[in-house]
Amino acid sequence: MKKNISFGRILIYILLLFGAFMSLLPFAWMLTTSLKTMAESTQIPPTIIPNKVMWSNYVEVFKLLPFEKYFMNTLISTVIIVVGQLLFCSTAGYAFARLKFWGKSKIFVVFLTILMVPGQIYLIPQYLIIQKLGLLNSIPALVLPGLFSAFGTFLLKQFFEAVPKELEEAAIIDGCNPVQIYWNVMMPLMKPALITLTILTALYGWNSLMWPLIINTSSDKMTLSAGIASLAGQRTTNVPIMMAGSLIAMLPMVAFFMAFQKKFIEGIAATGSKG
Amino acid sequence: MEKLKKINKKSLFNNNSSFWGYLMIAPVTIGLLIFYVIPFFQNFYFSFTEIGTFGGATWIGLENYKKLMKDEQFFKATWNTFKYVVIAVPVGVSVSTLLAVLLNTDVKFKGAFRTIYFIPVIAMASASGAVWRWMYNKDFGILNYILSFFGLEGVAWLNTPETSLYAVVIVMIWMKVGYNMVILLAGLQGIPKSLYEAAEIDGAGKVKQFFSITLPMLTPTLFFVSVMTLISTFQVFDIIFMMVDKFSIAINDSMSLVYLFYRYAFEFNEKGYAAAMAVVLFFIIIAVTVVQFRIKKRWVHE
Repeated sequence: MKKNISFGRILIYILLLFGAFMSLLPFAWMLTTSLKTMAESTQIPPTIIPNKVMWSNYVEVFKLLPFEKYFMNTLISTVIIVVGQLLFCSTAGYAFARLKFWGKSKIFVVFLTILMVPGQIYLIPQYLIIQKLGLLNSIPALVLPGLFSAFGTFLLKQFFEAVPKELEEAAIIDGCNPVQIYWNVMMPLMKPALITLTILTALYGWNSLMWPLIINTSSDKMTLSAGIASLAGQRTTNVPIMMAGSLIAMLPMVAFFMAFQKKFIEGIAATGSKG
Repeated sequence: MEKLKKINKKSLFNNNSSFWGYLMIAPVTIGLLIFYVIPFFQNFYFSFTEIGTFGGATWIGLENYKKLMKDEQFFKATWNTFKYVVIAVPVGVSVSTLLAVLLNTDVKFKGAFRTIYFIPVIAMASASGAVWRWMYNKDFGILNYILSFFGLEGVAWLNTPETSLYAVVIVMIWMKVGYNMVILLAGLQGIPKSLYEAAEIDGAGKVKQFFSITLPMLTPTLFFVSVMTLISTFQVFDIIFMMVDKFSIAINDSMSLVYLFYRYAFEFNEKGYAAAMAVVLFFIIIAVTVVQFRIKKRWVHE
């Protein structure tokens, strides 16, 4: 009996390790390839560790593309989207959770509908609006539709509803208005929810491809994601440099994840159980 | 005390909370109205028009839809999309469930495994796509190199019509497993321990416990994860765009509906026609989601 159990445990570990291996293999391969010369990257059999470590590929990628611009565009647009959503979704989420106003439930149904409609249906009109406003190839173009989130409002409303009402009552008797209560009483309690929304929004802002790709075609307003995509399209691409670029592009998000991994995972799990 | 009761009975604020309510929902509501609600209806309208380069729309009635019904590429892309869904949902959810169940045992390094599985989820799709494309390369890819140990000769996985879609779907699954696993793991941890203790007293083995307790209790989470995977797979774009060259002979065999939509809307500049595609995609997703909810009762434990 005992032998049987230990065999089962070994099998469990083998499967888990295989899963881990498969999860990491592409990134390991990205790293070694990024440090090879072009010639070595096409060598058969492939080398696991580069013969000559080419740190210079990480410099080359900045010469090949305006990578520092991509980086700043991505960073700025992600920060604006995150801050905007935190502010707008939390005020609206609080109002939907606690305040009474005419048409509230009807407006909220519209929010839920937006949440369920596949995003492509908005894309062409959104593009034309941005074009009409003369905002193609600009930072506002990158952030505008993403600033407003039905999902974020829904998520935060759920969290606001979970806060006991007693906490606000004292403040009401003291004569605070809803905005004061929202800011002074509720927001400090919402920290976990706001972290969850920050994580989800940052992931979306940093990694999204299609919107930046269509809205900003001039190279100095591109994001990292679209920049990498434009490199991949070229047949003459130098693969090690491309891998170096890919690694730099994804690293900030991976670092962010590593720093807050517990919150990340709790946040994702929470959206699962709330949905 | 009187005052408190009164407040509690109604909402927290009474008469003049309308003003504050509208004030607080205004930014999001106006933004959603401009960038989502109006565009939603506009897209329907556009699907009956031809749109010029600068946005002028000319009414052409059902022409776009008639054209769609005759467009082989459109049917091919629809077929491909269904193939992606039919493979990615069951395989992806099964792999995620297996990993979640294994991680829910008393293994060591639980946190480390969970973190590692999650990395493909947070990695930028264009970066992941770029490296997978290189790994799938016919001549220099590591995949064909590994296959050569087994005496197998590899093909150009992404550029062969017969294999392209399958090569892409593997990456799609790879990108989603960690996400689904985290949600399923939370679902597993929500199953009351007392159920297992009772089963143990009844003498049920681990396998029996899995099928009579774990799986039924997990069905609500499995349902959620399946619906989410289904909807996102229907909209797959990034990874195909990154991995399959648009001039590849295999592009027609791996192109999804959203990819075709993208091409017509933003490469060929036939926005009216693309709008019609978006409408069809919208109805497909609605229909499939409704079916999912209909058959929910048959397998999801309430």
